[in-house]
Amino acid sequence: MSDIQVARRQRRWHIAVFLLPALIVYTAIMIVPLAQTLNLSLFHNDAQNAVHFVGIENFRTLFVEPRWAAQFWNALRNNFVFFLIHMVVQNPIGIALAALLSIPRLPGRAFYRTAFFVPTMLSFVIVGFAWKLILSPIWGVTPSILGAVHLKWLFAPWLGKESSALITVALISVWQFVGIPMMLIYAALLGIPDEVIEAAEMDGVVGPSQFWKIKLPLILPTIGIVSVLTFVGNFNAFDLIYSAQGALAGPNFSTDILGTFLYRTFFGFQLQLGDHYMGATIATVMFFIILAGVCAYLFLIQKRMRRYQF
Amino acid sequence: MTKTYLKASLASVAVLASLASFASAGAETVTLNIESWRNDDLQIWNEKIIPAFEKANPDIHLVFQPTAPTEYNAALNAKLSAGTAGDIITCRPFDASLDLFKKNQLTSLNDLSGIDKNFSEIAKAAWSTDDGKTTFCVPVASVLHGFIYNKDAFDKLKLTPPKTVAEFYQVLDKIKADGTYIPMAMGTKDQWEAATMGYQNIGPTYWKGEEGRKALVAGKEKLTDPEWVKPLQELAKWKDYLGDGYQAQAYPDSQNLFTLGRAAIYPAGSWEISQFKSQADFKMGAFPPPVEKEGDTCYISDHPDLGMGMNAKTAHPDAVKKFLAWLATPDFATIYSNALPGFFSLQSAKIDVKDPLAQEFLSWRGKCKSTIRSTYQILSRGTPNLENETWVATANVINGTQTPEEAAKHLQDGLDSWYKPDQK
Repeated sequence: MSDIQVARRQRRWHIAVFLLPALIVYTAIMIVPLAQTLNLSLFHNDAQNAVHFVGIENFRTLFVEPRWAAQFWNALRNNFVFFLIHMVVQNPIGIALAALLSIPRLPGRAFYRTAFFVPTMLSFVIVGFAWKLILSPIWGVTPSILGAVHLKWLFAPWLGKESSALITVALISVWQFVGIPMMLIYAALLGIPDEVIEAAEMDGVVGPSQFWKIKLPLILPTIGIVSVLTFVGNFNAFDLIYSAQGALAGPNFSTDILGTFLYRTFFGFQLQLGDHYMGATIATVMFFIILAGVCAYLFLIQKRMRRYQF
Repeated sequence: MTKTYLKASLASVAVLASLASFASAGAETVTLNIESWRNDDLQIWNEKIIPAFEKANPDIHLVFQPTAPTEYNAALNAKLSAGTAGDIITCRPFDASLDLFKKNQLTSLNDLSGIDKNFSEIAKAAWSTDDGKTTFCVPVASVLHGFIYNKDAFDKLKLTPPKTVAEFYQVLDKIKADGTYIPMAMGTKDQWEAATMGYQNIGPTYWKGEEGRKALVAGKEKLTDPEWVKPLQELAKWKDYLGDGYQAQAYPDSQNLFTLGRAAIYPAGSWEISQFKSQADFKMGAFPPPVEKEGDTCYISDHPDLGMGMNAKTAHPDAVKKFLAWLATPDFATIYSNALPGFFSLQSAKIDVKDPLAQEFLSWRGKCKSTIRSTYQILSRGTPNLENETWVATANVINGTQTPEEAAKHLQDGLDSWYKPDQK
């Protein structure tokens, strides 16, 4: 008798009702388009504009056919370089800034915190345009500043050279987004209870070694999250390259990443007409790369990470 | 209480709306939106062209809605697919528009008055099917290539506009030796400058204009043949005459360098004329691409650039046709050519252009043989796209990261991978 009552009570309709709007919206604007993109990548049109199911032929074209493959692997390689620069430069700087900001009684802390975070809120178009101007060999302020300290010889048209364009764009992106790891890690650092710090001080762990031995292990999960966010952000990146280097991601495709490659293919560019099927194929590949990266993090790293309960 | 209020307000809105629709039906004003990439021309459309048309057709109201040139194709395709595009579409030449026609997004204009009479076959070629039977955009304007120079600088350095290639380099050497001016304002950052203002500008002289272009389309010539490699070799020499850091110099940088009087020569398209005239405070002249030997035939790129067609899904086809028919009249051509010196009418009738710099450009049509850009017709239909590849290759050649021979081979290999001339 009582069992039946429990079962009746468990049928809680309101949960489904409350979930429904989010489910509908999420399905309509995320899941359906994603499924359609995956589906689209299995089709192609022929010369008569008739659409055929081609299976994984598009993927074979992308990976194997020399012209497509050269572009694809180039974009993928550049994307990894772009990501590595973020991991090596953006995240350590973010951690360092957060560590500095969390020093108790730091004068002007609020100002610095805001100043480091402001670029994150700027539009890509503004960032791209402003840095193009700053670095311009003709009107830019960089050559004259370098000239003032007798380092003019260091200056080069960085955005226009194959050897330096990708690094330069990546560093601009680092400048823009360093505020995000800084904020997340800053919050994590503030979340460390004073008792833990005090205990460390009692044991004589102070200064830098306190950071390395006590605080860093405690914020590792946050650093993990920051790395995943960076990974997803970088492999979805497009805007900054497009606004600074154009859709052809010059010079000679040296700044071409998957996002710009996808844009050119899907929408077309100048005389190149858009190819929705190959574009969807690239989008699918991007989706799986990001999925693989996130899964690797979840199953290999997150699982092994030790968490501390305070 | 609230419910009655709601009902009342709904009712009044409905009444107002029906009144409004009656009112507009009474005046019968039709609003037509124009899609275009010419955002530079917004003012001219709003102040000269649209008023002229609306004066004669008070029942049609035109709204010019330009997008940024580099985003136009993508934006237009998206809007057409979504059914939100304007009534009148500004047509890119050749395949981009042909594709829209094939997708039934543009309509045939064969029955439009004036389309047969006022335009030659060549003028219509850029907006006709491959067999030339159906035209789907009214040809509006073509652009010419050449070099614009700073006349004050030339006078100061006692230089005369060069006629031959040898003279061209002598002039550049003299400007460089003097040091006051950057010899030539061009950058490779945006890449298309190198291809359009460089390659397509001087190229026709070497590949003999239409003769070479048609041979290339027919597969009788290859991009690796000497007449096609030579312009790349010439471009490679240009790097010594460009400004410092030209690798990061974008198109607006080049324009500004010239109009601020810091550079002496600007490899140009005629579309620059009106903007340059309003910005530069020195006298300007122009010379056509130099020829190899004195007395050689000169060739110029006279490229159909802009047409206008009708969105097949427009709600007001009659009004659109009225406007398009007006575009085919000499009245429009006169207004347009003079409002926008540098965009030359494609109509067969002679149009008086008052601007001296534009006249200079136009005079080459009589002296030199005209051709269109080599990469536009048919050859940019496949993947890799020859036009886009040419941007990258020419920028590489000027940057010195690829030799002209390597670049030519790369272009030809790309073309060979999909283009079989006999199956055209």
